[in-house]
Amino acid sequence: MINFLARRLFAGVVLILVITTLAYALIYSSAGNAARNILGENATADDVAAKARELGLDRPLHEQYFDWFSNAIRGDLGVSWFTSEPVSALLANRLPVTLSMVILAVLVTAVISAILGVTAAVRGGWLDRLLQVVSVIGFSLPNFWVALVLVVIFAVAVPIFPATGYVPMSESLSGWFLALILPVIALVLGGIASAAQQIRGAVIDVLDMDYVRTLRARGLSSTSVLLRHVLRNAAPPALTVLSLQFIALLGGAVVIERVFAIPGMGTLTINSSFQGDVPALMGVVVALVILVVIVNLVIDLANGWINPKARLQ
Amino acid sequence: MTEATTALTNAPLPTAPGRVSITRTVLRNPLGLTALIILTLIILISVVAPFFAPHDPSEVKIDKILAPPSADYLLGGDGAGRDVFSRLIWAGQNTLLGALIAVTIALVLGSVAGLIAGYFGKAFDAAFSWASNILMALPAMIVLLALYQTLGGSVYSTMAVFGVMLSPGFFRLVRNQVIAVKNELYVDAARVSGLSDTRIISRHILRVVRSPIIIQTSVIAGIAIIIQSGLEFLGLGDPATPTWGGMLQDAFSNIYINPPGILWPGLIIAATVASLVLLGNAVRDGLQGPRAAAVRPRAVPQHPHGHTAAQGAIEALDADPGKAPLLRVKDIQVGYGNTENPITVVRGVSFDVAPGEIVGIVGESGSGKTQTAFSILGLLPRGGRVLSGSIQFRGRDITFAPESEMQKLRGRDIAYIPQEPMSNLDPSFTIGHQLVEPMQAVLKISKEEARKRALALLARVGIADPERTFRSYPHEISGGMAQRVLIAGAVSCEPKLLIADEPTTALDVTVQAEVLDLLRDLQSEMGMGIVMVTHNFGVVADLCDRVVVMQHGRVVETNDAETLFYAPAEPYTKSLLGATLDDAPPRPPLGQKFLSSSSKGQNHA
Repeated sequence: MINFLARRLFAGVVLILVITTLAYALIYSSAGNAARNILGENATADDVAAKARELGLDRPLHEQYFDWFSNAIRGDLGVSWFTSEPVSALLANRLPVTLSMVILAVLVTAVISAILGVTAAVRGGWLDRLLQVVSVIGFSLPNFWVALVLVVIFAVAVPIFPATGYVPMSESLSGWFLALILPVIALVLGGIASAAQQIRGAVIDVLDMDYVRTLRARGLSSTSVLLRHVLRNAAPPALTVLSLQFIALLGGAVVIERVFAIPGMGTLTINSSFQGDVPALMGVVVALVILVVIVNLVIDLANGWINPKARLQ
Repeated sequence: MTEATTALTNAPLPTAPGRVSITRTVLRNPLGLTALIILTLIILISVVAPFFAPHDPSEVKIDKILAPPSADYLLGGDGAGRDVFSRLIWAGQNTLLGALIAVTIALVLGSVAGLIAGYFGKAFDAAFSWASNILMALPAMIVLLALYQTLGGSVYSTMAVFGVMLSPGFFRLVRNQVIAVKNELYVDAARVSGLSDTRIISRHILRVVRSPIIIQTSVIAGIAIIIQSGLEFLGLGDPATPTWGGMLQDAFSNIYINPPGILWPGLIIAATVASLVLLGNAVRDGLQGPRAAAVRPRAVPQHPHGHTAAQGAIEALDADPGKAPLLRVKDIQVGYGNTENPITVVRGVSFDVAPGEIVGIVGESGSGKTQTAFSILGLLPRGGRVLSGSIQFRGRDITFAPESEMQKLRGRDIAYIPQEPMSNLDPSFTIGHQLVEPMQAVLKISKEEARKRALALLARVGIADPERTFRSYPHEISGGMAQRVLIAGAVSCEPKLLIADEPTTALDVTVQAEVLDLLRDLQSEMGMGIVMVTHNFGVVADLCDRVVVMQHGRVVETNDAETLFYAPAEPYTKSLLGATLDDAPPRPPLGQKFLSSSSKGQNHA
């Protein structure tokens, strides 16, 4: 198990290194006119050159990267070019907002899609067909459009929930929850049905296994075989589905935050992208890759715990 | 959004070679046809937008700002006083072009990399798979936003990068298909006959991956349209160019003044994407047939006419329980598929098993012997059911007994030994758990007591170190040991009837004899009746009192084992016997198996 974990951890570190290096090269290679961006159209060429020197943009890319990297592993991701705030502080402000929303969305997706998927696998019939239809609809409706519809309904027509804005959990737990209801609904609607369909597939695969029949032949009820044996064996593929959902929801959160005016990572990404705030963008990328690696590691751990064979591989 | 690619890639894809005409398949599916028409209309109108749109997309009329629909502005005006209808039409071009760029890049990059990785394997495969996993691990939206300035602030170049991010969807699909096809015999034959790699790829492999690629393309095009609209909704791209996402942005900024403004752009995006997905689904359904899951295992319809007759039989038997056999199978038919027109696999099988008797069911593969065994247990695979006839256990008709009653019988009264030992143990639980759990449930004994019993049983079935096996997971023990474990499990609640489905077929020859000895010993100890399903006359000769010979789902002959061997009544039995019990000395290459079985047969005789 330790060995398994160590290998996974190593793969994660490699992923972080590769992505950040690649992102640095791409983002900074075009940062040449960043100084002009910051100073505006009226700045003189000398001012621009001085600003570029100040930001270190006149040095070779690999030197800049080396500096950035050696600071980054000590937790210093530089300063925003526009607000002069440390990037790590920016992230510390924004990340909890987005994370609390996305984790809530993943939990909702997990519970609902597991119930729907397992029921559809065992029962079949109309629920099965309904899932197919709903997953096409869920896939076709852009989540930001669903978000707009929700805003129209709940802010304009039936104002029962706060339609926009965000309340930190530390301020008011109920306020936080109410503020996230609509964003989370908009986030999860597209993915639930397709996740449920995949879970359904995973459960059906296990239901057709020989050992399920043998366990039932021993006199176990189909319910207890389902709850103990089938769910446990269907869990690894289902967990993988959820980890992919998590990544998708992180991406989806960007647009959703915009619609609901939530000050999270998405808003930070959009603003930094339009301003060309390169250090902030790098910070977003770093935070994101680390998140992805952690999620995958947790899923691997869970799979290793569920499936004794995975521990040995 | 990349999640959706995997979501739909993981769905079962048809592997049938592209013999079916895809166009005809889609046209025959009403949903597919509708989708195709809608999609064609959207594309056509977008292409001829300049001739079709009543207004220039950037024509501004001050009095039409957020105006309701009118004869001039069919769908009303937007926040700047431009015609929503004309802009919708013009926007189609831009949105579809962006999607086209992304799909083309994803398709070319993913397919080529998939072909190379799948066909040449090794380092290519490792490198491409690694890159593909990295791309899939990243949320596209954030990456695209981060790179937006680098890409020169153009939506099209952003979509090109998105194409790269989508390419794993094609890569994984093509790679897996190529690996599956590569090892097919006909591809081997092509290679041996000297066809070049390129010829093999274009002739044999591309044909197989064509349909899955079409399906995947439709899904990826949908994702591209949604992501592009999302980016434009956030404000990417040139605000002067009409796009569906950009129109939504405009509607969003006026959402409190003119809520219906969000309607049309959203609907057209949804209609386009849904058409694409439905088109893909139509292709998939056409290739793999209707979903197989329509029929469920326990949705057993009540037997239409035989019910009262069966009840009559129970009464008759109950009147004289002493005469009732342990098991009476009477003229059962087993079928699969839909109710009106099932495919029958067992067509009228009857036999009795007396208490303590061992009855062999013999026949070639596909003769229906295993299906007969499963129907006694009430555990036919998905879609299978007993169509008619009756199964009586100790005088009780259990043919259509509800699941709750069957469950009470299983384990305690009727037990089962499967054919393939390894696949019949749950890989996630220890051997011990799989023995203890059913005993607790069936015998209602404590965990500790069940544990003691399980250890004793493991020792009884000849496992050298019961404690250790008890703690082991299935993948840690050998096939022979696994079969002993399964036998231990089957007899753990001292059943009266044991159904053994080819219990030795999957085992090594040396282990086969030991397992048969074990079964014989357990039978004489516990006095169980056994239904022994086998295709091996050696096993029959070794164990069975009576034999039922089956072919094509019917009973050909039922006889005493001895009579059957000395004087088989039916030509089919003779030919089966002739195939195994020959007076001639065993042939060397097959020697082992035939030596053990035929010599035992002769000993018995």
